[in-house]
Amino acid sequence: MFDMSGLKLSRAIKAGELSSEEATASYIKRIEKTDGLLNAFVRLCAEKAIVRSREVQKQIDDGNIPSDLAGVPIALKDNISTADIETSCASKMLKGYKPVFNATVVDKLERAGMIVIGKLNMDEFAMGGSSETGVFGEVHNPWDVSRVAGGSSGGSAAAVAAREIPVSLGTDTGGSIRQPCSFCGVTGIKPTYGAVSRYGAVAFASSLDQIGPLGRDIDDCAALLSIISGPDEKDSTCVIEKPFNFSNTGNNRLNGIAIGIPRNYFASGIDPEVKDAVLMAAGEIEAAGGHVEEFEMPLADYVIPAYYIIGSAEASSNLLRFDGLKYGYRAKNAKTLNDVYRISRSEGFGIEVKRRIMMGSFVLSSGYYDAYYKKALQARSLIKNAYSKLFEKFDMILSPTAPSTAYKIGENIDDPMKMYMGDMYTASVNMAGLPSIALPCGFDRLGMPIGFQLIGNAFSEEKLIGVGRIYQSRTDYHAKIPGGVLL
Amino acid sequence: MNWEIVMGLEVHAELSAKSKLFCSCTTAFGGEPNTHVCPVCSGMPGTLPRLNRAVVEYAVLTGLALNCEIAQSCKFDRKHYFYPDLPKAFQVSQLYSPICCNGHMEIESDGVKKTINIRQIHMEEDAGKLIHDARTGSTLMDFNRSCVPLLEIVSQPDFRTAGEVISYLEKLRETLLYLGVCDCKMQEGSIRADVNLSVRKPGGHLGVRTEMKNLNSFKAVARAIEYESERQINILESGGQITQETRRWDDDKGISSGMRSKENAQDYRYFPEPDLLPVCIDDAWLRQIKASFPELAHQKRERYVKEHGVSAAQASLLTSHKNISDLFDAISDKSNCPLESASLITGEIMRLMNSTDTLPEDLSADADKLSVLVMLLSEGKINRNAYKKTVGAVFVHGVDPESYIAEKGLLMVSDDSAVTHAVESAIAENPGAVDDWYAGKEKALGFLMGQVMKKMRGTGNPEVVKKILKKMLDK
Repeated sequence: MFDMSGLKLSRAIKAGELSSEEATASYIKRIEKTDGLLNAFVRLCAEKAIVRSREVQKQIDDGNIPSDLAGVPIALKDNISTADIETSCASKMLKGYKPVFNATVVDKLERAGMIVIGKLNMDEFAMGGSSETGVFGEVHNPWDVSRVAGGSSGGSAAAVAAREIPVSLGTDTGGSIRQPCSFCGVTGIKPTYGAVSRYGAVAFASSLDQIGPLGRDIDDCAALLSIISGPDEKDSTCVIEKPFNFSNTGNNRLNGIAIGIPRNYFASGIDPEVKDAVLMAAGEIEAAGGHVEEFEMPLADYVIPAYYIIGSAEASSNLLRFDGLKYGYRAKNAKTLNDVYRISRSEGFGIEVKRRIMMGSFVLSSGYYDAYYKKALQARSLIKNAYSKLFEKFDMILSPTAPSTAYKIGENIDDPMKMYMGDMYTASVNMAGLPSIALPCGFDRLGMPIGFQLIGNAFSEEKLIGVGRIYQSRTDYHAKIPGGVLL
Repeated sequence: MNWEIVMGLEVHAELSAKSKLFCSCTTAFGGEPNTHVCPVCSGMPGTLPRLNRAVVEYAVLTGLALNCEIAQSCKFDRKHYFYPDLPKAFQVSQLYSPICCNGHMEIESDGVKKTINIRQIHMEEDAGKLIHDARTGSTLMDFNRSCVPLLEIVSQPDFRTAGEVISYLEKLRETLLYLGVCDCKMQEGSIRADVNLSVRKPGGHLGVRTEMKNLNSFKAVARAIEYESERQINILESGGQITQETRRWDDDKGISSGMRSKENAQDYRYFPEPDLLPVCIDDAWLRQIKASFPELAHQKRERYVKEHGVSAAQASLLTSHKNISDLFDAISDKSNCPLESASLITGEIMRLMNSTDTLPEDLSADADKLSVLVMLLSEGKINRNAYKKTVGAVFVHGVDPESYIAEKGLLMVSDDSAVTHAVESAIAENPGAVDDWYAGKEKALGFLMGQVMKKMRGTGNPEVVKKILKKMLDK
């Protein structure tokens, strides 16, 4: 059963080959057995999941099929609010915090008959690219447990790669779904900003965050995205008019689809093995009928500085509410109100989160706002315009997701600049609010997965997924399973 | 030496929208602590604001009334500071692109007309409330007010006297009331003003200013201005310097004291609120808002005089508060007797409000019942005596006028035989007065009429009584 995709598993449940409860219980058992090595999960909600699987099974038995993924277990990154289930963002600050409401996506999963079985590890408050900064410890890469799983949705990617769960949800603020997908050899989608409600996702950078699906292949991801997408009156930035429907992208030729390759992304700072694998993927797409053309990606040097200014500025504001008063961590030795704030925040947040808060507060402070934040906003709109112009010429852009494969745990943790540069291919997509799908495209000589991404114009998910399907029908990187520890 | 006082005002008005600025919780005043809250207005992680469009309409109406330019696209910004009553640790407000700017209002102070310029009007959310529990020594948080919509109306430093300030505040209050955007109850804090004040030699550069807060009544505003201007002048005349600071007015002691100075001023780190889209007020929406623009007090005054023939003095009494003119409009519409309705309100109702200590903002008289009475009076079914009595009973006890009149036998009696009977006994019982009448004392007629009325328990038709009384005396 663990080799079935989510869609296949749902079909099997609907056909009566096994029950949703059996599937749920088996996955829970498997997680209990394997996750000690990976640390992808921070919490299981086994009892609730079993109860829920019975309800869904009854629904299916009664002939009400709520979705293509009905009956299938799913796990969520721990920054997605679940009513009565701890949602900690992998931070000491929110340990023990149980939201009183569900994120909109969680309500949608429930309506679709999916079974939430647990919460996934991540970088603290989604800040990081290696899932090493959380209070629950680092996530281990299923392909080599001495290496990172990527981040910040490292738990979401590792759990799918290790077949601990068929599909998962992550969040992507600057690459946090796509980069761990690449490091763990799984497929993921960072949707267009405004396609999926952010309500209930604990905000890191409001103008950049999006929730998205991770799975074993593009079909599972597409099915999950159509479930979680759609307008939400609780999120006014969720401007999509109706949920996605990807059922009609079956065409397996790419006639005339124009794909741009940013030449400068391959020039320096990229691992040669990654470069070769990504260019091979471009070749594969060309062979399938796509028209591939190189171009120079403008403004590439401005992406990381502008992204870190805007992201940190918004984070510094969003994280102010963690003041030790209403929920979460409060310093025990605080005597005055000021101490409650100062000591609770000093002790409750980890070093990377504090670094971003400091950076963000600095760039917004009077006297520096114009020099940093305003300039970054200007850079952002230039980047947006540059993409718009590119999409007059290309249907999509093909690029690496990360400059390297998964590195050793601890290798970059003391070098924030190096860590930040890991977002160089992904962050501009968030700055422009565009969709991007991450697909596995090979392995390096150590056997670590390599991935690439296809970036499209806003709300062009259908087109991206169509190309992703064709690519995966011609390759089998996505079907590879980590050896050694598993199965 | 002559000093000129220069003042600008920041007025916060709590909007009477039914739900909060960014969620659907009620804005009703009172309520057990933390019963008007939800995850959004208590700032729970992951929640997002959703703009209440009614608030935008209220802001636009206010902007139109104050002759402002209405921004067809405006944005919200976050203003950050830590305080336990602010659950997100930022207030969503408008700094960089407010909804209205560059307006003005005409005021009159000491018989002199003056234009006060309005710099901007912006929307923002209120904070919660801290309750200090003396019993346990703890401080408790109540988020019922958190996220209640406010308008901040910022004037230019155009005021020179306390009289101008008060006249502006009165006119602003009247305008907001008539727009129906704020109930302007100062005791509930639904309108409050901060005064920025500096002094200078006439024509000189602007002096260093202070900002005064906690001004809970118009009287407090006037007293605080007097105190603060004297304080600044004294400092300057003795060679000192004014510190730019925020000062808190203590109305009981009649003094203000420094809260925080500019050196300790907080850096609010404003930046555009990323969770809200820019507010776009397209032409169609603007037209719709303009079409809903209500009649303001001065327009009502003119109409009452022109259409109803009400005196100017009465018209201004009728428009002294929106609740009063609303009551008048309702009664005069239903009864179709505007003049009688006007005298009812400026007479009986105002007398009753006085004697029952009812403030205009708390006025809740039943217009339907009162209009029935006005009609009964004008149709000659009750006399003025019975009318006044019943108005009192309606106002104080909310009785049903018709059953009250029936029960108390207050219908006017014009029946000749009943009146004749009462006149006969009044004449028989008061020979002295009858003699006086024959001796030519006009006053005696009034006395006798009173006696007849008394016998009829006040229900006699005065015309009929007078006619029959005269007839019988002349016999």
